[in-house]
Parts: sequence; C-alpha cells; structure tokens
Amino acid sequence: MSLPALNEFKASPFGTETTVADILETFEFLDDWEERYSYIIDLGKSLPAFPESEKQEKNYVHGCQSQVWLIHQVDPDDGKIYLMIDSDAIIVKGLAAVVLTILNAKTSAEIMATDIESLFDKLDLIRHISATRGNGLRAMIELIKAIAAEN
Amino acid sequence: MSTTTAFDIDSIRSDFDILDQNINGKPLVYLDSAASAQKPNQVLDAINHYYRHDNANVHRGAHTLGDRATADFESARDCVREYINAASRKEIIWTKGTTEAINLIANGLSQSLAPGDEIIVSRMEHHANIVPWQMAAERTGAVIRVWDINAAGELCLDQLQDLLNEKTKILAITHVSNVLGTINPVKDIVKQAKAAGVISVIDGAQAVPHFQVDVQALDCDFYVFSSHKLFGPTGIGVVYGKEKRLEALPPYQGGGEMIERVSFEGTTYNELPYKFEAGTPAISEAVGLKAAIEYLGNIDRAAMEAHEQGLYQLALARVSEVPGMRLIGTAQHKVPVMSFLIEGLHPSDIGTLLDQQGIAIRTGHHCAMPLMQHYDVPGTARASFAFYNTEADVNRLFDGLIKIQKMFV
Repeated sequence: MSLPALNEFKASPFGTETTVADILETFEFLDDWEERYSYIIDLGKSLPAFPESEKQEKNYVHGCQSQVWLIHQVDPDDGKIYLMIDSDAIIVKGLAAVVLTILNAKTSAEIMATDIESLFDKLDLIRHISATRGNGLRAMIELIKAIAAEN
Repeated sequence: MSTTTAFDIDSIRSDFDILDQNINGKPLVYLDSAASAQKPNQVLDAINHYYRHDNANVHRGAHTLGDRATADFESARDCVREYINAASRKEIIWTKGTTEAINLIANGLSQSLAPGDEIIVSRMEHHANIVPWQMAAERTGAVIRVWDINAAGELCLDQLQDLLNEKTKILAITHVSNVLGTINPVKDIVKQAKAAGVISVIDGAQAVPHFQVDVQALDCDFYVFSSHKLFGPTGIGVVYGKEKRLEALPPYQGGGEMIERVSFEGTTYNELPYKFEAGTPAISEAVGLKAAIEYLGNIDRAAMEAHEQGLYQLALARVSEVPGMRLIGTAQHKVPVMSFLIEGLHPSDIGTLLDQQGIAIRTGHHCAMPLMQHYDVPGTARASFAFYNTEADVNRLFDGLIKIQKMFV
C-alpha cells in the first residue's frame, strides 16, 4: 500500500484556505458551548476522507479513548509537510481539524516555531490538549512535531 | 456501630462538600462513582484529626502517639472485619487496593500451580482480575479458561460445571461487573467451586459500595476490594482470606513489619495478618476507611439500596427518549451502573459534551478490553450512580444526552 499522492494531501483546505484567523473569527461569534462544539463537529465532518487502507498500526496515534490515525507527505519542492488525520470520535476529528489549520502545509521550521498551546488557549480549547486528557490530541501534536524534526 | 437513621438525601448531600460546586458553569452531576467514589466530610475529618493529633508510626510501642496511631490503625482492621463479617481480624490484610490485593493472591497461589493446571476467569473481568492470573499462568505453565457471558451480560451459569475439572485450581470472578453492573450469584458459584476443590477469589470492588457483603455466608476463600470506591481514601484496599488459606500463602513482599526475626542465617515471618504487610502501612488511609464504613453504618442500607435502584429505574425509563441509545448490560440483577452507546457518537464525544454541561461520566474500555471485544464496541459511556445521587442528577444526564444527540443529527 502506498500513501495517497501529494496532490490529494494538498486538496485539504485546512491550513491553506481555512486559516487560524478564520477559526478564531468564527469562534468569536459563537457564544455558548453548544454553538462552539457544533462548529467543531462540523469541522470534524468536513475533514477530507482518510484512506481506509492507511488505518493500520504504523499510522496509529496511541491515545486513550478514541482511535486516531495520521499520515503525511513532504513536498520535495518547498519542504512543506502535508498531513491527513482521522479518528472514530467526531469531536477529536474536529479538534484535529483545528490542529491541521494551525500546522498543515507548513515547513518544518514553521511547525517548530508555532505556539499551538497559546492558540488553543485563545480558542478556550486548551483542556483538550492538556496532559491529563487522554484523547490522543496531545500525542497527535507531539507526533507532528516529531515529523517536523525529522524533515 | 451507632444507630441507623432514615435515608435523607438532603442530609446526605450536605456531607459531601465536593458535590456542591459548578463545573463549566453548571452544578456538578457526578456519575463516575464506579471509577472513584466521593468521600463524606466525616472521612476527611477523620484523616485530618489523625494527622493533627495522633500521627506516628504503628507497632513500635515506645511512646503515646505510637500507641494511639496503632490503636486507630488496628481498630480500622476490626471495623472492616465486622463490616464484611470475617471470622477473625487475622483474615483482614491491608493492600494498596483491589489490584494489589489480586496480585498478592495470584502471586502466592502461583507457587502451588503446576503446568496444565487451570484458572477460570470470566469474560466480564476487569484487567486487574485477568492480568495477574495471566502472569501466574506464564510463570507456571497453568492455563486460563474463560467463562462466557450471555447477551444480557450475565455469566452462562450452565457452563461452570463443564469448566470445572480435576485440573481446575482457581476460580477468579467479579462479584459485580464494573461495566455491566451485573451482580453475579457468587454464593452459588463458590459452592460449586468448593465442591470441585477449587479456590475461589472474588473481586468485590464494585459490590461493596452498593450492598452489604458477608464473606462467611458467601464462603469464598478470598474476597478483595478498594477503599476509594467505598467512599474512603485512595491508597488502601483489603484482602480477606480464610485463615487457613492465608497461612498457606507465602509472604508477598519482604521488609519490616512482616518479619518475626531476621538474621543472615535465616528469617522467620510474622504471624497473620502482618506477614503480608511489609513496610509502614497506609495508616491515615485505614483511619479514613474506618470513618467511611462507620458513615455507611449510620445509613439505613435497605433504604439506600432502594434509593439507588429508584435512580436506575428512572434512568431506564428515560432511555427511549434518546434516539439511537443502546444499553450494554441488561442483566436481571444489577447495581445502578449504566453502560451505553448512542448511534453515530463515539463514547468520547458523549463524555466531552456531558462535561461541558457539568456532568461527569466515564468513557472508554473501562479496563475490560476482552468484554469490549465480546460486544464488538470500541468502548462505552458509563454512568454510575451512588447513594448521594438524586433524581435531578438522572434527569440532567438524560436532558444532556438528548441535547447532545441533536447536535450530531
């Protein structure tokens, strides 16, 4: 099994068309938890389809409660790292969409320089990436940083 | 124990300060007592009093504080003995909790296991009642035999006679399932095991918080539980073992307290129960556990059970209001534990969105992966009720679930 072509990775809007500014702006309009989480659920549903054939152990992100898979391709021209993520939990998928908006289609140096914690803090979602939450999101972020460190 | 009073839910809730707080802007609804129960103020006060007035090491005997600490600590053992109706205080061994208790027993019993010997465990066991036996089997060449359950989440009782044979040495089952809430007919099971000459080990972690247990009536060889699920502190648990079984068991850990005499030529071990209690024990935790048991002793247990069952019946009656909600575990005899799934939602989605509404439940595999595999689910959401929960708590849960389900449509 080979990974999807780089073009398929590049088709993801997160981190390209959809920017952190967009999400921050949307969040400002949403004033209660129901609206905010409905938006996160929508983000989760809008993640590009993840190839079923890649849902295997080597792409598995070990979390506690939900299953998370992550694959990546590097564009040899500009060194940008393209990511695809999936989970069987929709809120985790939605939060993965936020992570992708922040870290997808970035160079290794850009990823390493990003303060993801402060962005999650601004979105009032920091609890989801805290060390005490066993949802795999923190492991997801650590893995992306490790991929960046290798490339 | 002091006199029993009527079951007054308002008075009970006023004993649990922790329940009186807001989470995410909403009053807390705590439905995760099967993971760890809350502690009444009486337990906190007892621990506080112990450290403020009586703290010293136990069994040293040279000064007054040491005498007081020892008296407190040993009276907790007497309290547990009385609570589960053990025949002797020698039969009550302190451990860190249920997990260590089962490890102590499995480790000790493994010394008499031979290759091909069989250990029966059920499919509904917590990992703590599976892995120690697997480790014992690995060391000795013994074999694990799995006792199946039916769709409702009850042991297939007619299987037991087929499982028991001349090679069977140990039967380790839970009294109450942490996921399904099923109450197993332990007394009858132990009777069959005993008739076959099999040692019975009962995991009582989820049973003791809900009903009175009498180990002599059950006639089991070993019974184990944790303090922290019994409204006491974390860090302490109990092995009950019949005296002759404990006498036959080798010590678990070596060190101070568990010895009678030490020399480099050889060491003799202390008598029961101290033989199994190496090192300085969890003294304040024992004091706290005693306070928890005394607290329960002041509640009308029959009324408490009726209250809990009332909560569960109310929950059952509301299940049909949540589209796609499915229960895992529908045994006839249950404690008030409700494991469930909602179509289209992952248990972690349910947990996250209930937390937003101030409602605490457990989600995941509940340390019972073989059971999850049996039902072919990644995990479940689990609401577990204790005597301090109210009908309003049940209604908040279901109103919350209805709201969540709509968000996903």
